[in-house]
Amino acid sequence: MTISIDPQKTNSESLQPKGWLRYFSFSLDHKVIGIQYLVCGFLFYLIGGTLASAIRIELASPMSDFMPRDVYNQVLTLHGTIMIFLWIVPVVNGAFGNYLIPFYVGARDMAFPRLNAVAFWLIPPSGLMLVASYFVEGAAQAGWTAYPPLSITTPQSGQIIWILSVLLLGGSSIFGGINFIATIIKLRRPGLKLMQLPMYCWAMLGTSLLVVLSTPVLAGTLILLSFDIIANTGFFNPVLGGNVVVYQHLFWFYSHPAVYIMVLPAFGLVSEILPVHARKPLFGYTTMVFSIMGIVVLGLVVWAHHMFTSGTPPWMRLFFTIATAFIAVPTGIKFFNWVATLWGGKISINSAMLFSCGFIINFVFGGITGVALAQVPFDIHVHDTYFVVAHFHYIVYGGTVFIIFSSIYHWFPKVTGKMLNEKLGILHFIITFIGFNLCFAPQHWLGLNGMPRRVAEYDPQFQFVNQISSLGALLMALSTIPFLINVFLSVRNGKDAGDNPWNALTPEWLTSSPPPVENWEGEAPLVEEPYGYGKEISEQNKNI
Amino acid sequence: MTTLDSSKEIQKNNSEVNETHEDFRMFGLITFLIADGMTFAGFFAAYLTYKAVNPLPDGAIYELELPIPTLNTILLLVSSATFHKAGKALLKDKNSDSQKWLFFTAFLGIIFLICQLFEYFHLPFGLTDNLFASTFYALTGFHGLHVTLGTLMILIIAWQSRINGGRLTSQNMFPLEAVELYWHFVDGIWVVLFIILYLL
Repeated sequence: MTISIDPQKTNSESLQPKGWLRYFSFSLDHKVIGIQYLVCGFLFYLIGGTLASAIRIELASPMSDFMPRDVYNQVLTLHGTIMIFLWIVPVVNGAFGNYLIPFYVGARDMAFPRLNAVAFWLIPPSGLMLVASYFVEGAAQAGWTAYPPLSITTPQSGQIIWILSVLLLGGSSIFGGINFIATIIKLRRPGLKLMQLPMYCWAMLGTSLLVVLSTPVLAGTLILLSFDIIANTGFFNPVLGGNVVVYQHLFWFYSHPAVYIMVLPAFGLVSEILPVHARKPLFGYTTMVFSIMGIVVLGLVVWAHHMFTSGTPPWMRLFFTIATAFIAVPTGIKFFNWVATLWGGKISINSAMLFSCGFIINFVFGGITGVALAQVPFDIHVHDTYFVVAHFHYIVYGGTVFIIFSSIYHWFPKVTGKMLNEKLGILHFIITFIGFNLCFAPQHWLGLNGMPRRVAEYDPQFQFVNQISSLGALLMALSTIPFLINVFLSVRNGKDAGDNPWNALTPEWLTSSPPPVENWEGEAPLVEEPYGYGKEISEQNKNI
Repeated sequence: MTTLDSSKEIQKNNSEVNETHEDFRMFGLITFLIADGMTFAGFFAAYLTYKAVNPLPDGAIYELELPIPTLNTILLLVSSATFHKAGKALLKDKNSDSQKWLFFTAFLGIIFLICQLFEYFHLPFGLTDNLFASTFYALTGFHGLHVTLGTLMILIIAWQSRINGGRLTSQNMFPLEAVELYWHFVDGIWVVLFIILYLL
């Protein structure tokens, strides 16, 4: 059965507000929803960043003198939850996915526009609810992992609001995932083959599979946890005969794939950015696709490497160590492909390129410590220390957030029709890169020497290194200032970008900037070689 | 591709091209049901792990009677068949027959829920008595929630299949097909639940 589109019936012009007001409406336009995701996520990033600054101020001295210890626990819980569920996951999936995927598959919108709008509008209320829980009876204190029995014994109201908020955000994520799978598989323009899609489509397909398969398990687990808190059941409460390790298994069955949910889209985005600014085809397209799918499959069977100190039996340790080490193979393939893409290219050094290169450098560090952490003897030594904190910040900040900024520099001309200022962009990159490495590289040393994570007070011998780390955090906080100035100045009176300032070949650049509603004037173009740089431009592309 | 505030020009373009696309609502529903099934999979995994590694304290009651759940299994399987009948009838434009079958399916769903409540009231253990009891109520309760939602949806489409002014016709089968798939899914989950919880 097919659905025909009746323009008289569907274009209810009067219902949709115009201008900036549409960003505050229940808009069904995938581009509006993408921007809504991005701006909403960035506001939460500022809140989460403020909380991170509070953590680093507290840790500049060994005593808990900046805030009481229970407030410190709330701050670190909110910081983790906001950064993961309200900044990285919505932005790297929701924002760029919604904006770009319909262009890449040659469609006018996502497969389910209403579901898409619902998925976005679940985010602001649940985020505000989470932040507001601080003012009720104190926010949740059990970290973003909410391990019982800690989450059962700390004050209840904050934890329950945390659970409700994460459930809503998980629902939003699942709706988004369903939408992306349907859009990529079913809404492709006739004639466009799967293996001709830009790499970001493959990354989002893999990510969405992970979202659909693993997020519901977290939802179920959190429902059981909420029963433990409010109905006095004993699923995860050892006092009542429950089992805390079952919670850890179920939690990490979602939360390890969540790492790939945060990082696979970044892999896709960097695969779009590098070929454009190096003027070379993406190296090893097919191996990239198989690597993504390999990471998806392996990503689902490695979760217990977070639990090597939870009384895990030896066979389980063996299996999960080997499975985790295997993930380094597809990831390594992708990194060699990116370096090979750059190799011998006509590289333009601009902000988007710098942030992408920063991503490659940082992520290699994070990846190496990741492989190290998968080894049981080493993991037992550094488990729950600052080594782990350094590792995952290298992945999610040094990796994904660098790519978010890179993508903003890359696609800003398309979204607004104006160029961003390159000088401010490069300044932004330099401060971010130095600040980030200054903040997190010393934490490897702290962890190896035994400083535990999630504590407000620590041994005075670690003070100097912690202060270096706090200095780095200060630089990271300052780095947002040139970025914000840049965005505000460029939106008002930036240089006109034209339709295709980078001379890129992917479909979103083949329409006007900003793109019209429903994306194309007339039929969608068929782009068979999205990375055909340096080659004879194929006949189809020439005609556009 | 639906209600967008488009310019007149694009409206013209669209009507010229007269674009059509495949109906992929069913595809979206199947993806959602896979996600929903994963929630149950998590619960089943937790239940089986508890059974394997967490011995219940001495004197804990965890015996279940079989007659009511067996009756419930039969009820749900029959209701799947009657739902199928409703779809067949609608396809042949026999709307009133279809409506009767739908109401009968909803009736079976309600009987299922009443039997489930009857079982709850007569069980010798409560929600917080022991780990087995908690898991039992969580699993059957979560499934019962699905049956409740399914029954409500069947009643809605039964109302929509009325002859005068109903939306559900042989030209517009999607609401019925969607609820039918959901109902079969809930049935399937019950069969797995029945085997794992009552028979194992």
